[in-house]
Amino acid sequence: MRKDQPLIFEISKPGRIGYSLPELDVPSVDIEEVIPADYIRTEEPELPEVSELDIMRHYTALSKRNHGVDSGFYPLGSCTMKYNPKVNENVARLSGFTHIHPLQPEETVQGALELMYDLQEHLKEITGMDAVTLQPAAGAHGEWTGLMMIRAYHEANGDYNRTKVIVPDSAHGTNPASATVAGFETVTVKSNEDGLVDLEDLKRVVGPDTAALMLTNPNTLGLFEENILEMAKIVHEAGGKLYYDGANLNAVLSKARPGDMGFDVVHLNLHKTFTGPHGGGGPGSGPVGVKAELIPFLPKPVVSKGENGYYLDYDRPQSIGRVKPFYGNFGINVRAYTYIRSMGPDGLKAVTEYAVLNANYMMRRLAEYYDLPYDRHCKHEFVLSGKRQKKLGVRTLDIAKRLLDFGYHPPTIYFPLIVEECMMIEPTETESKETLDAFIDAMIQIAKEAEENPEIVQEAPHTTVVKRLDETTAARKPILRYQKQQ
Amino acid sequence: MLHRYLPMTEEDKQEMLKTIGVESIDELFSDIPESVRFKGEYNIKKAKSEPELMKELTELAAKNADLKRYTSFLGAGVYDHYVPVIVDHVISRSEFYTAYTPYQPEISQGELQAIFEFQTMICELTGMDVANSSMYDGGTALAEAAMLSAAHTKNKKVLVSKAVHPEYRDVLKTYAKGPGLEIVEIPFANGVTDLEALKAEMDEQVACVIVQYPNFFGQIEPLKEIEPIAHTGKSMFVVASNPLALGILTSPGQFGADIVVGDAQPFGIPTQFGGPHCGYFAVKSVLMRKIPGRLVGQTTDEEGRRGFVLTLQAREQHIRRDKATSNICSNQALNALAASVAMTALGKRGVKEMATMNIQKALYAKKAFMENGFEVPFTGPFFNEFVVKLNKPVKEVNKQLLEKGIIGGYDLGRDYPELENHMLVAVTELRTKEEIDMLVKELGDSHA
Repeated sequence: MRKDQPLIFEISKPGRIGYSLPELDVPSVDIEEVIPADYIRTEEPELPEVSELDIMRHYTALSKRNHGVDSGFYPLGSCTMKYNPKVNENVARLSGFTHIHPLQPEETVQGALELMYDLQEHLKEITGMDAVTLQPAAGAHGEWTGLMMIRAYHEANGDYNRTKVIVPDSAHGTNPASATVAGFETVTVKSNEDGLVDLEDLKRVVGPDTAALMLTNPNTLGLFEENILEMAKIVHEAGGKLYYDGANLNAVLSKARPGDMGFDVVHLNLHKTFTGPHGGGGPGSGPVGVKAELIPFLPKPVVSKGENGYYLDYDRPQSIGRVKPFYGNFGINVRAYTYIRSMGPDGLKAVTEYAVLNANYMMRRLAEYYDLPYDRHCKHEFVLSGKRQKKLGVRTLDIAKRLLDFGYHPPTIYFPLIVEECMMIEPTETESKETLDAFIDAMIQIAKEAEENPEIVQEAPHTTVVKRLDETTAARKPILRYQKQQ
Repeated sequence: MLHRYLPMTEEDKQEMLKTIGVESIDELFSDIPESVRFKGEYNIKKAKSEPELMKELTELAAKNADLKRYTSFLGAGVYDHYVPVIVDHVISRSEFYTAYTPYQPEISQGELQAIFEFQTMICELTGMDVANSSMYDGGTALAEAAMLSAAHTKNKKVLVSKAVHPEYRDVLKTYAKGPGLEIVEIPFANGVTDLEALKAEMDEQVACVIVQYPNFFGQIEPLKEIEPIAHTGKSMFVVASNPLALGILTSPGQFGADIVVGDAQPFGIPTQFGGPHCGYFAVKSVLMRKIPGRLVGQTTDEEGRRGFVLTLQAREQHIRRDKATSNICSNQALNALAASVAMTALGKRGVKEMATMNIQKALYAKKAFMENGFEVPFTGPFFNEFVVKLNKPVKEVNKQLLEKGIIGGYDLGRDYPELENHMLVAVTELRTKEEIDMLVKELGDSHA
């Protein structure tokens, strides 16, 4: 099991190649005659010299050292690690989608623009918003885009003193970080003992300097913010806008729409709810939906439909400008569109129902063995605390590492920050009861091990290609690239 | 309902409801207030079966004029290059593409090692010390470079050459509004950054100077002359670079760049209507702890075995929240993998050969245009793109070319009023002599 995998550079050997380029069919000119000597590279880049089979074996070996949804259960909270349908991959690889240039004449990309327009229309209905842009590349990019639009909206009203964005203490880290990049100060609002935003604290922090409140609903504890309308009222009366972080949309498809809850701006993570694969950390896609009064500020161009077909509208004087070259991560948007069209309205409704059923089932079965800090129906995910195990000397990190021995990706751990020894579990709707039961059994076994044989948990993982890695040294003495031995 | 992605049976469902202690799934949603409850189903298109949907979307895709059926001379930051076939085989391994960010290193060694190798290759090409695991694209990477420069120098003035990609500059201007950066555009002369104009704008308030190499017009910017000007006072020197060109050109690092950014799209990533591509971000080691995005580092496990982890995370949003150096979370990992495979397949020899071939073919095309009486306004050395002056609107000419199965070059009048009727022509290694001759002939016919 434990075998080192050489770096591609370490199997390189001068004299081997892995490519096949056509012969030069134009007269060859001496490069030195056309490029000044100072600008011709004298030191060659140390790239690998390997054959095609070397490459394929190398990356196949690497893939075997990696766990994906197709490898096994992946209940990583707030990440919605559901099955990535294969038809999406086939559609995205159709030549008419893969091999088109973003600057081709509009009349030669009508199919692409039609797909984008129709995806926008579908997302409008799903979120209850009035317009959608597909330009942002990922969730955090969508957050920043949305906040820039809110900023532009306030400024258009002559309102330059709205410098603060309110974020709950349970929020994703990207929320405050995006607020900073957009030039706002972050103010934190506390959660109450029920795990929901504390309305009294919200009233305290909201004011004439409030630009927006950013909220995930259901929140990162997997709990629906029941007082959402009251919160919207508090923020709106103060002149602020309500921002919806769509990371948890899988919990409410066909059940509640951000637009109906009072949100003015929403971003979606198409690589979560709508099955664009995560790709080991991207590419994602983070469309943003807005209510009518924010439409003038959408990033440009806007994909529109006219009498002569679809077109890119650049005539947007109040637009915040471009947030990305071209029109977004089109390839991911194609996958999301394929998924929505594969599910249909009844399918999307079932998605949420099963996602919530699965989460509640797991929560109830595990509540006996781990602390359940918020005992009420959860939505698509729930949090447990490893407090009880911590007293036995077993940390949540140990539990996560022990799960690796059972072939599972562990839950999100130590987040949200407001729960001690937190484990955040999101099963998704694409998992069978058998899978859920097997995972629950593993969690129960680990809870028992913590009592009877804590070492086996503390020293986990036992079966992976490497044991626990020294992260402290990695950060203190960073080695961030391979250096050829002289 | 029965659906191939939803495994739960009616029997499972009943058993689970019983365990939970509720009568129906609906009860689990009782915490959603009645007033915000969505009733019924979305008004969206009904679901289609796999074969029906595949047929519909195949037809939709066929409405687009793709570069496999048309001959393209369009570049402007996105290029039709040779993609080694194995790239798609590697990135189709679902252990890679169905994984999340590698938070659990023990079961993510494959992804982490692949990124470590990517970081190394980017460092090698750019001549820099540290490269991150990727950014969204070249444009946002450039904007982040400006923000990093501003944070590092505590200055707010950013000088950017007008010969930098117009869409990259647009993105920069949008980002600049957050931290309140002042963006000053430096004009060009003979297709490269005007050094006198640059000197005139340099002062103690400058956070960075940004140029592109090769620039938007394909011209090779004189980095040797720009560097000493750019390093006036505290100012940083930022270079946006096509990494393929660096297979033959002296690296920006060699010229003293502090930050090098760009898009790795020329390596193994199809044009796909502009995204997803793959931004990269490389810095000198002094900026290592301020670089945005994820970094993979080498370390050892408890038994001394080599392994890889995400590192220096104290820079990042999930740890530092509002104090993070950037808000980036998801990046373009799978495309970084694609670029790694392409850079590996091309290798030391192939990258140089392919880059050289681009120069040779573009040179041939430029000469052919000149021999046919076209004016080529910029006279400096160039990579795989050059500017041709036409005697009628580019849009009109491109329409005629399309009828001959050719996608013509970029209409520079869109961004540069002074370059009306000027076309930016890109010639990669995939264009044949025959195709180039045909383009010149067709344009010649319309030129007459």
